[in-house]
Amino acid sequence: MLPRPEVTPLTEPYWSGLAAGELRFQHCRDCGNAWLPARDECPRCLSRSHDWQVASGGGRIISWVVYRQAVHEAFVERIPYNVAIVELDEGPRLITNVDAREEELAIELPVRLRIDEDDGLHLPRFTLAGGRWSR
Amino acid sequence: MIAGVGHTAYGKLPGRSPTSMNVEAVRKALADARVEKDAVDALFVKYPTSGHVPMYGQVVAEALGVQPRIGGVWDQGGATNISMLSFAAMAISHGQCEVAVVTTADNPRTGTRQAYERAWGDDAPFGWFGTPAGYAMIARRHMEEFGTTHEQLGEIAVAARRHGATNPDAQLRAPITLEDFTQSRPVVDPFCRDDCCLISDGAAAIVVMSRERARQLGAPAPVPVLGFGQGQTSWEVAQRPTLTETAAAVSAHTAFAMAGIGPEQVDVAQLYDCFTITVLMTLEDYGFCRKGQGGPFVADGALQLGGALPTNTSGGLLSETGMPGMQLVLEGVRQMRGTSVNQVPGAQTCVVSNQGGIMHTHSTLVLGQE
Ligand SMILES: [Zn+2]
Repeated sequence: MLPRPEVTPLTEPYWSGLAAGELRFQHCRDCGNAWLPARDECPRCLSRSHDWQVASGGGRIISWVVYRQAVHEAFVERIPYNVAIVELDEGPRLITNVDAREEELAIELPVRLRIDEDDGLHLPRFTLAGGRWSR
Repeated sequence: MIAGVGHTAYGKLPGRSPTSMNVEAVRKALADARVEKDAVDALFVKYPTSGHVPMYGQVVAEALGVQPRIGGVWDQGGATNISMLSFAAMAISHGQCEVAVVTTADNPRTGTRQAYERAWGDDAPFGWFGTPAGYAMIARRHMEEFGTTHEQLGEIAVAARRHGATNPDAQLRAPITLEDFTQSRPVVDPFCRDDCCLISDGAAAIVVMSRERARQLGAPAPVPVLGFGQGQTSWEVAQRPTLTETAAAVSAHTAFAMAGIGPEQVDVAQLYDCFTITVLMTLEDYGFCRKGQGGPFVADGALQLGGALPTNTSGGLLSETGMPGMQLVLEGVRQMRGTSVNQVPGAQTCVVSNQGGIMHTHSTLVLGQE
């Protein structure tokens, strides 16, 4: 079974957003900063006043790795698999997987959000914006 | 001045607690400095990553039977040791203490290595685990931005393994070729096994004091500390605005300014090599070459004895011991004393780097001669 995130009152809007089909990020009402993962305070102006906004779904690859051996038992059957950093068009960055062949991956490549239901979790993953679905 | 150095065996030390290993390393460092333990009035201890104990500095002080005026436990991951040395030196220069012991011990090999394999926050469902992957993420970005190749990273491992092969204290005394390196077991692309440091039990310690006190106590071979510096970034890898520049630049700038020298005056280097990419980026951030030119710089054996900048002359984390950093300080001291098994002839200045987290923390040490 995939490891479960620890859902707290702070992160609950994030996970329930995914279940509802949208990727949400935090946005500061005082300075306009936007970020993930969820925090109590804006790391730029330290305000506690923030709301959740919905990502448009566009982004780009900052970097990626490909696991050749599993660190956790849940991933033994999944290797090789990639983990990527994606920057959303709205600014926040997140850890994710990109559904693409290894040789297609490159930095700065445009990607598109796809919320997967996987092992009972709703996970924000990405496909190549110009590319095809590989499964 | 670093007046004394000591270390335990490196590798698998079953049954040895970090406290016991700390005591052994400190006993040897005091003997090397020819200082009685009653002279020790400051004790700086790196927390053991594998098992943190509250007030661990007092645990080690009690085991040593010393009553420090100042000290405690410091946590900057792999940057901790040079950082503690820096604070010890500053405390000494302000009259807060006279003889400081800085020590580190851990047993991730026979104990637990969970700390290095943990998931990052809520990102475990994506399979995002472990320290190697964090560095691999940075390495990939460097390769894509600057054309750095895995073979170039391999030059760093080949040099370290060649140096470690002649070091009788090294945990891994097996030189490799570039082909061995590229053929080693894939771990997390772009890294294979030989990009990654060893996992080791062991301890190492140093004794720090002023030049005057070293003379009074008759320390036989004190090595001057010419400069030190530190730098930090708070962002996790995924949030860091740039992946290819690190706080090493700030740290080195501070240390070189204090020493009054530049990178061109460095004769030998001991650069933290938890992963090959760390050395490559430290070379760039320290100014040994321009940003992005680390790959070409390390090619053709520049880091080996007789090369442009002999580096990690006792084998580093890749070959001597995976201990986080103090072994590099010890090798710097040996190079300045002229007692390294891979002595760089006529070396007058040695730079040492320590680095922690996923390039979160950095510390730099410049050693010289009297
Ligand atoms: Zn704000």
